[in-house]
Amino acid sequence: MSSLSPETKNKIAAVVKRYPHKQAALLPVLHLIQNEIGFIPEESQAWVAELLDLQPARVKEVVTFYTMFLEKPIGRYHLQVCSNLSCTLAGANDILNYLIDKLKIKPGETTADGRFTLTTVECLGACEHAPCMMVNCDYYGQLTPAKIDEILDGLE
Amino acid sequence: MTEKEKYLTSLFGLKNLHQLEIYLENGGYEAAKKALLEMKPTDILAEVKAANLRGRGGAGFPAGVKWGFVPKETDKPKYLCVNADEGEPGTFKDKYIMSHNPHLLLEGIIITAYCVGIHHAFIYIRGEYEMIAQRLEKAIAEAKKKGFLGQNILHSQFDLEVIVHRGAGAYICGEETALLESLEGKRGHPRLKPPFPASVGLFNCPTVINNVETIANVPFIILKGAEWFTRVGLPKDGGTRIFGVSGPVKKPGIYELPLGTSLKELIFTYAGGMREGKKLKAVIPGGLSAPILTAEEIDITLDFESLVNAGSMLGSGAVIVIDQETSMLDVLRVVSKFYAHESCGQCTPCRIGVSWINKIVNRLAQGGGQPDDLETIARLAAAIKGKTLCPLGDAAAMPILAIVEKFKDELLGSTKH
Repeated sequence: MSSLSPETKNKIAAVVKRYPHKQAALLPVLHLIQNEIGFIPEESQAWVAELLDLQPARVKEVVTFYTMFLEKPIGRYHLQVCSNLSCTLAGANDILNYLIDKLKIKPGETTADGRFTLTTVECLGACEHAPCMMVNCDYYGQLTPAKIDEILDGLE
Repeated sequence: MTEKEKYLTSLFGLKNLHQLEIYLENGGYEAAKKALLEMKPTDILAEVKAANLRGRGGAGFPAGVKWGFVPKETDKPKYLCVNADEGEPGTFKDKYIMSHNPHLLLEGIIITAYCVGIHHAFIYIRGEYEMIAQRLEKAIAEAKKKGFLGQNILHSQFDLEVIVHRGAGAYICGEETALLESLEGKRGHPRLKPPFPASVGLFNCPTVINNVETIANVPFIILKGAEWFTRVGLPKDGGTRIFGVSGPVKKPGIYELPLGTSLKELIFTYAGGMREGKKLKAVIPGGLSAPILTAEEIDITLDFESLVNAGSMLGSGAVIVIDQETSMLDVLRVVSKFYAHESCGQCTPCRIGVSWINKIVNRLAQGGGQPDDLETIARLAAAIKGKTLCPLGDAAAMPILAIVEKFKDELLGSTKH
């Protein structure tokens, strides 16, 4: 697929070789595509299907099963706020409401400038730092409104 | 437990322990050397069996017994899958092992693979732990360079490749057969058992699946022996557990303690007790799937048997502490929302039942309660329990039933108009 960089293509070729059956490389290949493009467009799904000898529907059913895989572009910073129990006990609802008010978007939405997408997620495995969220692949814990201001101000 | 009795986490304070050089300076890979150069696979299996090392992921199945189920004579390749999915809400212990001491996990993998005759191991790590996955990749590259992985490890003629495989945000993939499906590049739909993975697992080949913490215990059993291991823990339940405490306690975090430690002590001594002004209401003792205990029920020891006798389970060792101000309806809302979201959709009782319960709870939370709501929830939960392919159905039904049963009076308040 022309829109992928040679670097990503090389990484994909290497990852496919690691598995005894190339179909097993589907998840890592999808991760690599999403890392570069930001989501997994239909044409990439078709390309992956051909690469791994899979029916396009098999790729689609995997993309739609796993919550981390996205079919549409999102904001530059993906704010994922944990809504599970330990975080709820530590005030995750207030944290979410603060972000909703601050960014003027609801969970599942992206700000008009394309900077932020807000989503709620299930347990992130950082309960000792509750309430927590991820901003792209970085973890932030012990969130307070002041700390959120600081984190968001620190982003480009 | 004194600092000296810890072994899994005792080196965590060392700077750059994740680097091979530092790990080697602190006795790293000595167990692998002993296992590969001085022991036969059958000796290792006997030692791990005698140690009564029970699985640290949730089910608590004895690791040595599991390994023993793998056929010795087979034409097929055998695989090891390390379960690093760590999706059980409240659980964050494996993250510490992998980020602080990735080589300990690799050393455990080497010994396990050598014992069972495996040459390909996969670490299935949850997608969100991307940074930790990168750390593991680096550790694997370092180990390979120094001859601890790859071909002819330590000149023992034993070969092993380890591959890190990231999930993509699906709780169900922590279930061992869903993990296998996911590793094969499919949706994480659990398989019907039997056949068990030990005979028909990854790519239809014999497969061992163990949790990160379980594997991390193996090098210590090899170095110090089964007798020591059962002395640290309990005879039937050897070693320590890394408990993760979260909720309104003064010191949330991980605590490595011997099996058999009191739950009360864990919360009030190790985790510092409740935060200022907070009073204990209930405890979920083994991850969100473990049935809740009331404040009056926490005077028990943390081991598999005691928790089962108390009507709950030790699970992943994740202890979630709940305070008096928390509404149990809100807990029920979070619990039912989680399982409704994470049901893979394969079995009808789980797919429909948990969502149905969640809808009722949401209606209750919005003040639209009806008199028979609690009975309906209990009836639906009972219709899920034991009627699904995998344990997710039970994992949803059991905590819901326990909350409804133990906090009936409080919840009844929400059912009135």
